[in-house]
Amino acid sequence: MTDLLNVDAVTKRFGGIVANNRVSLAVTEGSIVGLIGPNGSGKTTLFNSIAGTHAIDEGSIRFEGREISTLRVPEIARLGLVRTFQQTRVFRLMSCLENMLVSVPQQDASLAVMIARPTAEARGRAGELLEFVGLASKRDLPAGSLSFGQQKLLEFAMALMNEPRLLLLDEPTAGINPTLINGLVDRLKRARDHLGITLLVIEHNMRVVMNLAEHIYCLAHGEILAEGRPAEIQSDPRVVAAYLGAS
Amino acid sequence: MSALGNKTAIRIAILALAIVAPFALPAFQVELTFLWIMIVFALSWDIMGGQAGYNSFGNIAFFGIGVYAAAILQIGLFHDVAAYTAAAGGETLTLTPPQYFIGLFAGLAAAPVLAIAAAVVLGVALLGLRGHYFAIATLGLGIAAGELAAGWAWLGGSSGVQVPVYPGSLASQRLLFYFLSAALGIATFTILRRLYATRFGLVLNAIRDDEDKAEALGLRTTRYKIVAWCIAAGFLGLAGGLMGHIIGFIDPREVAFAGATFGVWMVLMAILGGKGTIWGPVIGAAIFHVTRELFWTYLFGWQNVALGLLIIVVVVFFPTGLLGWVRQRYPKLFALNLAASPADRARP
Repeated sequence: MTDLLNVDAVTKRFGGIVANNRVSLAVTEGSIVGLIGPNGSGKTTLFNSIAGTHAIDEGSIRFEGREISTLRVPEIARLGLVRTFQQTRVFRLMSCLENMLVSVPQQDASLAVMIARPTAEARGRAGELLEFVGLASKRDLPAGSLSFGQQKLLEFAMALMNEPRLLLLDEPTAGINPTLINGLVDRLKRARDHLGITLLVIEHNMRVVMNLAEHIYCLAHGEILAEGRPAEIQSDPRVVAAYLGAS
Repeated sequence: MSALGNKTAIRIAILALAIVAPFALPAFQVELTFLWIMIVFALSWDIMGGQAGYNSFGNIAFFGIGVYAAAILQIGLFHDVAAYTAAAGGETLTLTPPQYFIGLFAGLAAAPVLAIAAAVVLGVALLGLRGHYFAIATLGLGIAAGELAAGWAWLGGSSGVQVPVYPGSLASQRLLFYFLSAALGIATFTILRRLYATRFGLVLNAIRDDEDKAEALGLRTTRYKIVAWCIAAGFLGLAGGLMGHIIGFIDPREVAFAGATFGVWMVLMAILGGKGTIWGPVIGAAIFHVTRELFWTYLFGWQNVALGLLIIVVVVFFPTGLLGWVRQRYPKLFALNLAASPADRARP
């Protein structure tokens, strides 16, 4: 069992506010790990730290054993650690297909790569992945014209197109039609099983996260409150208290 | 089949028009030459401003570098530049036809090279900046370059440079520069249209729509932006090299680094026609150029007021440009293009 991602005692402060206080977590290769916690507990801050959006104040973040806390966002993404956003981000004026094509993994940006047209292989894969998330019929529509839920699905497909090793998903089911959620959970599992992508998922929907994740970390007030298998977390009185606001 | 046939027919028609126009309308030869340069202005501004969403107000600097590079090299190959440009009555210089043309084409080769070199240096310095900050940083570029040129005695300082006299008739000179300008305009359009169908075009559009997201996908956005600016600089450098000869005299602030005229116009033309499209800047340049000439002819004295009003009307009522307005109003005209996205049209 090797850790793909290892977050060790990471602290992040915004002025006097400690958003993450000595947070440690590990994500094993090939696993699906959940990250839960009440609003404002520091989940997205931790994602931003891992993805390189901002520098951390203390601690270390290692991806495949390599320190990444000093790298910038695109450098980390090129290593194969890709994130999606809570407030969905797609390229609004571009068609869904173009959104997919621009997301191909980009290691090299020589002039020859820049002036190459999208390959038939990339087109085929873009079509398959749009099919996979159920957006095949929207391929030529501007991404900005999709509903919020559809944009989330598109963003997920774009992340898969990028062929990451580890995918950080920030609330993948928020805003998605409840009848589609089961399908999405199934797709997340298939992404892991068939594409070999390890997942770290922030999720508020308890039913989803309990179904999806094999290991769960719970953040509260910027600290790791509890960790364990879904059943353990569900019955942990501290977690229940944090969610109901008793503490 | 008919769509393909139509496209070829349109291309041949445009080419034929471009060739016939200077002979059919001899009185408008200079105007038509200017029109091609205007098209290059608008198209090259749109690379960054339209496709990548990076408004640059300093692109005129690359144009001015081209103007000077072409003229100075042509002079310098056969004469001492400082003696020629000396403010105390420079020496006269008569180039033989071979000298003139060798100098002309050497100059036209050097102009884009120097302009691109400047774009690399400025791009590395400025393109780490985002959106509005970049726009503000570019505001002073043209002015600074103009002041530098005006203060550089070797380049003739503020009294400028007289471009070497063409060794032939005025009519043949006009035709030569008309066709060089037309070739540049058509080449700019064709090259950009092809480039926008590649990964380059996709990434520029991604930067325009959401640069943070583009970075989160691992794209080397800064490198793409620098290359985009360099391409714009190359075309502007060539346009500058030609413009020196078309006007015949280089004033540092009024011709080469003419931020208040050419520098602003290139932005306006792209926005007028519809930025972020390939035909928008072309249409914008044509309409702007004709309108401007009409204002100068019929509203002289008020021409700048009329031009200002036109700009306000366009920005307020047609914020997406004329092409964008037509597209919103009559989407059916563009139905074919909707069905096949730009990426699809790129399929060989």
